[in-house]
Amino acid sequence: MHKSSIVGRGQIDKIIFNFLSYTIVGIFALACILPFYLVVIGSFSDERTIITEGYSLVIKKFSLEAYKLIFKNPISIIRAYEITIFVTVVGTICNLFITLMTAYVLARKDFPWRNGIMFFFFFTTLFNGGLVPWYLLCSEVLKFNDKIYALILPLMFSVWNMIIATNYIRNNIPFEIIESAKIDGAGDFTMFIKLIVPLCKPLTATLALFTALAYWNDWYNCMLFIRNENMYTLQYYLQELLNSAEAIRRIAEKSGRIVQALPMESTKMAMTVIATGPIILLYPFLQKYFIKGITIGALKG
Amino acid sequence: MEKAHNTFSLFHKDRKVGVHTFWKNILKNKILLLMLLPSVLYVIIFNYIPMGGIIVAFKNYNYQDGFLKSPWVGFENFRYLLISNKLWLLTRNTILYNIAFILTGMIVEVGIAILLSEMSGRYFKKICQSAMLLPFFISWVIVAAIVLNIFSFEYGVLNNFLRSIGAEPFDLYSNQSIFPLFLVLLRIWKNTGYGSVIYLAAITGIDREMYEAAEIDGASIWQRIRYITIPCLRPTMVIMLILALGQIFKGDFGMFYQIVKNNQILLEVADIIDTFVYRSLMSSTDIGMSAAASLYQSVMGFITVIIANKIVKKVEPDYALF
Repeated sequence: MHKSSIVGRGQIDKIIFNFLSYTIVGIFALACILPFYLVVIGSFSDERTIITEGYSLVIKKFSLEAYKLIFKNPISIIRAYEITIFVTVVGTICNLFITLMTAYVLARKDFPWRNGIMFFFFFTTLFNGGLVPWYLLCSEVLKFNDKIYALILPLMFSVWNMIIATNYIRNNIPFEIIESAKIDGAGDFTMFIKLIVPLCKPLTATLALFTALAYWNDWYNCMLFIRNENMYTLQYYLQELLNSAEAIRRIAEKSGRIVQALPMESTKMAMTVIATGPIILLYPFLQKYFIKGITIGALKG
Repeated sequence: MEKAHNTFSLFHKDRKVGVHTFWKNILKNKILLLMLLPSVLYVIIFNYIPMGGIIVAFKNYNYQDGFLKSPWVGFENFRYLLISNKLWLLTRNTILYNIAFILTGMIVEVGIAILLSEMSGRYFKKICQSAMLLPFFISWVIVAAIVLNIFSFEYGVLNNFLRSIGAEPFDLYSNQSIFPLFLVLLRIWKNTGYGSVIYLAAITGIDREMYEAAEIDGASIWQRIRYITIPCLRPTMVIMLILALGQIFKGDFGMFYQIVKNNQILLEVADIIDTFVYRSLMSSTDIGMSAAASLYQSVMGFITVIIANKIVKKVEPDYALF
């Protein structure tokens, strides 16, 4: 009682608030991290211990078996990595080039048809033919099946990113710069490469990050178009592994037996770690760009 | 986006430009037009041509005859969807899940953003924010693996724990009543970090002087949140809400596909238009019906976007999309 009169009402509110906010935010943050930790623990755990005792919070019996199993025949995992990295790099570069170039043209005040063309792009975000005609076009007409470009083309241009970029250029690059470059005799394309792109570094960085992430995490296009196991992306490879293990488990369950000799549990977790790895490793470095990117594209919808 | 409504107006100012100046303009802007070519071609091929492919919904599609030669069946595909009672169930699931995601998401995102903004410890705040953002950057495949790790009936961490304290194990994957709730929680888990950044950015934009003045007037921290932060966030919240409502017929395919898989027990409560369209497309005998369902989704989506935009125009004209 004596203390409260010294600290004052405002201070007590502040203390209560801080207590609440630290607890709530802390617990939520923990809930976001803990599952990743559990997967890592699972991947380093002994298979037999998992089967008899289940997964746990601590490593009961350390084992590298799962990783050894995966890397005993590393060809397919290395291939999945190769495909994913190739698709991510090529796709991101193409996407950025096309998106920024379009945004630059549409941001130029002296381009006479910019409103009409903007609507031409924008309309596609309002209405689309749906999955079925798109899929039939890609697989039947454009022959996407088992082609590497099936993994690149579907994510190569994004109207939303283009709109964000157009607004960014319009708001951040004074039109006078373009005009004076024009007077100095710079061509439209040279101006884009030498002037606009360097001036748009924060925008380029964030769009690059988000596009790269979309490519890296893509399993959908792989699922639709790729049948050749040598062309599976990392995420789809993991999905197939999980599904086949799950299928075996369900069959075993239906037949009333628990298959003891299933060396799958820790392997699944090890594969999850391998597929998540690069993102987790890069994450601390890229995090501030993520936040900037979300803020730049805040109204992406 | 603020200036967007001028940008998208269909009509160009100079209607009176003659044919002569038109060609002169094209010549003058040939490099710029050439620079637009890749994206314009892209959108024509991948967006506009499939719009014509909508006719598949009115046909009995087969791979031999293709788009044009497959026989017309009129509204047969739609009729089949209707009488199978599928349409109602799918629409209900899609819309209810979206409403639940939008409302719970918004409450948690705004709440976390406010807590973060008022927090004093800088490091703790930074670390927690990074932790909360992490799930957003992980694919649904990995989330599905993680969910399995925790909730798997035989080996999951949770059931392992329940067994060790002598409680009944809990089978998430065959529990129709809990599963929708679980999906909502999972969605919050994955998206809160991302959403709270948007609101945090909006809070940072609020004039600090207002808080200082309130503090001098003796407002408690609760009062400041209630009378300054929340009212200032209202426009952002309204816009996010209406934008999300515009997408209400579109379900998150990745989430539902990866978490539910082909689990027949769960499909009853967790089948959405997108997963249904995918499954009937892959079964390759139901392509017409699949196209009908996806056309239905597109048309309804289009209508909701138009309505949502009309509402934005009334509430907050600056944020209208067109």
